[in-house]
Amino acid sequence: MTPLLDVRDLRVAFPGPAGPCHPVDGVSLALDRGETLALVGESGCGKSLTSLALLRLVPPPGRIAGGHVRLDGADLATLEGEALRAIRGRRIAMIFQDPMTSLNPVFTIGRQVMEVMEVHGLARGAAARARARELLVEVGIPDPDARLDAYPHQLSGGMRQRAMIAMALAGEPELLVADEPTTALDVTVQAQILELLDRLRHERRMGILLITHDLGVVAGRADRVAVMYAGQVVESGTTAEVFAAPAHPYTQGLFASVPRIHGPRRPLVPIPGTVPPPTDWPAGCRFAPRCDRRAAACDAPPALRPVAGTHEARCWLAPEVAR
Amino acid sequence: MSAAPILEVRGLVKHYLTGGLFAPPRPPVRAVQEVSFEVHAGETLALVGESGCGKSTVARTVLRLQEPTAGSARFEGTELFTLAPGPLRQLRRRMQIVFQDPYGSLNPRRTVGASIAEGIEIHRLADRAGTAARVAALLEEVGLDPAYAARYPHAFSGGQRQRIGIARALAVEPRFIVLDEPVSALDVSVQAQVLNLLQALQARRGLSYLFIAHDLAVVRQVAHRTAVMYLGRIVETGPTELLLGDPRHPYTVALRSAVPEPEPGRAAGRIVLAGDPPSPSAPPPGCAFHPRCFHPRRDARCATELPALREVAGRAVACHHADLPAAS
Repeated sequence: MTPLLDVRDLRVAFPGPAGPCHPVDGVSLALDRGETLALVGESGCGKSLTSLALLRLVPPPGRIAGGHVRLDGADLATLEGEALRAIRGRRIAMIFQDPMTSLNPVFTIGRQVMEVMEVHGLARGAAARARARELLVEVGIPDPDARLDAYPHQLSGGMRQRAMIAMALAGEPELLVADEPTTALDVTVQAQILELLDRLRHERRMGILLITHDLGVVAGRADRVAVMYAGQVVESGTTAEVFAAPAHPYTQGLFASVPRIHGPRRPLVPIPGTVPPPTDWPAGCRFAPRCDRRAAACDAPPALRPVAGTHEARCWLAPEVAR
Repeated sequence: MSAAPILEVRGLVKHYLTGGLFAPPRPPVRAVQEVSFEVHAGETLALVGESGCGKSTVARTVLRLQEPTAGSARFEGTELFTLAPGPLRQLRRRMQIVFQDPYGSLNPRRTVGASIAEGIEIHRLADRAGTAARVAALLEEVGLDPAYAARYPHAFSGGQRQRIGIARALAVEPRFIVLDEPVSALDVSVQAQVLNLLQALQARRGLSYLFIAHDLAVVRQVAHRTAVMYLGRIVETGPTELLLGDPRHPYTVALRSAVPEPEPGRAAGRIVLAGDPPSPSAPPPGCAFHPRCFHPRRDARCATELPALREVAGRAVACHHADLPAAS
């Protein structure tokens, strides 16, 4: 069966002083209906740019320089104009970290949810308003009649994020791309929003691509995880596989640097150094300069290699490292 | 603890008046209500809570970056809230602050060296050659190349800028530093570097920290004692391991439960609080947490009578039903 989303060897190029650089460099992902795939990494790893590329929203002068993005078999990387608009906001919707930048401050919540339905010809007038009200109920906004006529600034951060989710749902999307949807929220509100997203994907059998820097968010909510470093997926597998035995030294380093609330308190072990910029990526393994296990083999770029089951890691030493 | 605390805050209140000259007066925003705590030499006290709980206001008021409405704060025995501007400036040498945003808190037009040297010059702690040597030593102490002194802030990553902010705070040889969400804007691997640095500096220099944070896992890593704030008040305070290991205030229980731990399966038993915190301009009567509380014994008293902080199981907690742990 074809997956809902199938990304193959996606490359994004930006012009640089010494020729183009590739902040997204050969990313492959697959996501099924009703599944949450987490794309994890730190600032500058290319995770947000990957999600923008799926919707053909790479900011110029950047461009998609190669690869495929297939939604249910149809390639989005080559669609243009009307055909692309029929997918964006309809079959694929996106929510962002800061709802204030995505909601229009001069229109009511109801108006903005209704507009999505009108643009895509799903409903209009009283029917659209009734549907918008249902959506506010579905995302857990109390007193939906009053909130339909409220402006974004009249809502709390958590309620705004719910309103943005209602807007995203208005097109009845098959795929929801959620870019750091809870990063700006307090932890108790974050827990509410993650629970909501989880419920929606089960009820609607929607695929969710969850972009996050937070391994804790991944653990609770994702079926599968892909860890990005320097423009590439360096490790992927089911959440259980990757969390039980991370195989890539970068993933292991991330786990060692996260403070924990449960279990014995232990010293944090940071990853030395910083992520190099895309203009300056090492020719061999991109993590090698920061890796305490680097060997002669690491001068050559490793491919993703199977570890066990669906678990893969882009590391020459991966199978040994995992044990 | 034996010796007198380095900082002792009693009954701190901060209200903000809203409305304006031509607007009708509105009820004041009760940002901080009757907050008391102390910080001892060489100790880290964490002040934890969600946005709007008043934790940053407490920190800024203690440094008199904002004026308090009422209360007292004694630093090494000197009352801060009535201190005249001259002596206050002198005392500020001993109390510093590091902000969350290393981008906004460094002057983009000054070299890193000039930013770090500023405090040394203001307080005349060294001559010109001595200042340059001190800047170099400070950069080295926070793990940066002394040659960076000649560069401008834009050339640095977030983690490096936070190290520069720390070097700048250390330049005047303070005893006490307010760390206002110092690692919240950093990636986890860099966050760990900065937390380790802060702990090493504390051990080496005997510093006291007031650590403002929203992340309980980070707090657990660095704080000896923790005070949890909700809607302007401290609702639970005590030794960090005790408080996070066996929280007694239902809000602390919920906050701990909401921390996303990188362990699959942990999310299952999570307590998800309903709603948002109420507005600090119209706090609920009685216990401010009662409208969101899930304690099995919550009752009419919770809605009418403000619970005082009292000693239960080795910590102070402001809950009428703290003797029975809230389900966790």
